[in-house]
Amino acid sequence: MDSLATETDILKAAEDWKAAGRGVALATVVETWGSAPRPVGSNLVIDDQGNFLGSVSGGCVEGAVVTEALDVIESGKPKTLEFGVADETAWKVGLSCGGTIRVFVEKVD
Amino acid sequence: MKLDILKALNTERAARRAAVVVTDQDSGAQRLVTHDKIAADPLKELLEAHLRSGKSGMEETPQGRVFLTVHVPPTRLVVIGAVHISQALAPIAALLGYDVTIVDPRTAFASEERFPGVKVIAEWPDKALPPLGVDRYTAFVALTHDPKVDDSALLHALERDCFYIGALGSRKTHGRRVERLKAEGASDDKLARIHAPIGLAIGAVSPPEIAVAIMGEITSRLRLTAEGKR
Repeated sequence: MDSLATETDILKAAEDWKAAGRGVALATVVETWGSAPRPVGSNLVIDDQGNFLGSVSGGCVEGAVVTEALDVIESGKPKTLEFGVADETAWKVGLSCGGTIRVFVEKVD
Repeated sequence: MKLDILKALNTERAARRAAVVVTDQDSGAQRLVTHDKIAADPLKELLEAHLRSGKSGMEETPQGRVFLTVHVPPTRLVVIGAVHISQALAPIAALLGYDVTIVDPRTAFASEERFPGVKVIAEWPDKALPPLGVDRYTAFVALTHDPKVDDSALLHALERDCFYIGALGSRKTHGRRVERLKAEGASDDKLARIHAPIGLAIGAVSPPEIAVAIMGEITSRLRLTAEGKR
């Protein structure tokens, strides 16, 4: 299964990036409402240079999650972020309304 | 996430063992529950239900809100027999997310032409099965109808804890098979694990219908408890 194979890569990447001495944060979709693009449990790994791997929303909010993740890497304090998936984006993929997702961002330390 | 938790989790995943990460939503505190520790865990029932569904999720517990990140190895289907039913079974199983392997020593059956894009091993089960690492996330079906091929394969599966074992054949055929396997040393308990006649009773006639009945039965074994609950 593709999603699981990808997920393995993401968590392995988190471990490898950390082992290589980079600052690393892990973002996880913890709750979704409506038509959310990625299921609960989806991961995004981010390093202190803003590099990232994986997906929590199919591209809609990754930029914002990466920005917040840099903050989490700096402070070491986990954060929970909430996003409404923009209606415009939702229409583009044929959904009638935008979903909402909650993302937990934590530092790997 | 602590690096040691992440490392331990990746080790479990690489070994195809289930695990759950429990994250307290208020404090951010985290722990890893490996498959062998679930029975003794205070959240045992919740963890077991999540492992059965394979889904991560938020839960309210007496200790507060926790997020359960569920890691279940991808399921596999091992099919003995590159037969007509298998030609329908392989794509249906792939659609359901199974990693499919077909084993049949008869090269005329086990051909790429008959099974485009499917992993087919043209070897006897004795040789083909040991390297596959049949485990508890594996469903195992024997479909050749030929004792020379099916029997040794079933003996292999009975020694492992695959979540489903099924064998093609009528009640009468299966009765004779049970006698043969018993003579080979298989216990009654183990033999009772074999689903035969194979598949849900949906009146299946054609090979694709039999494949649907088999995948329905495998899904129920994957998702329901022994009592038939979710």
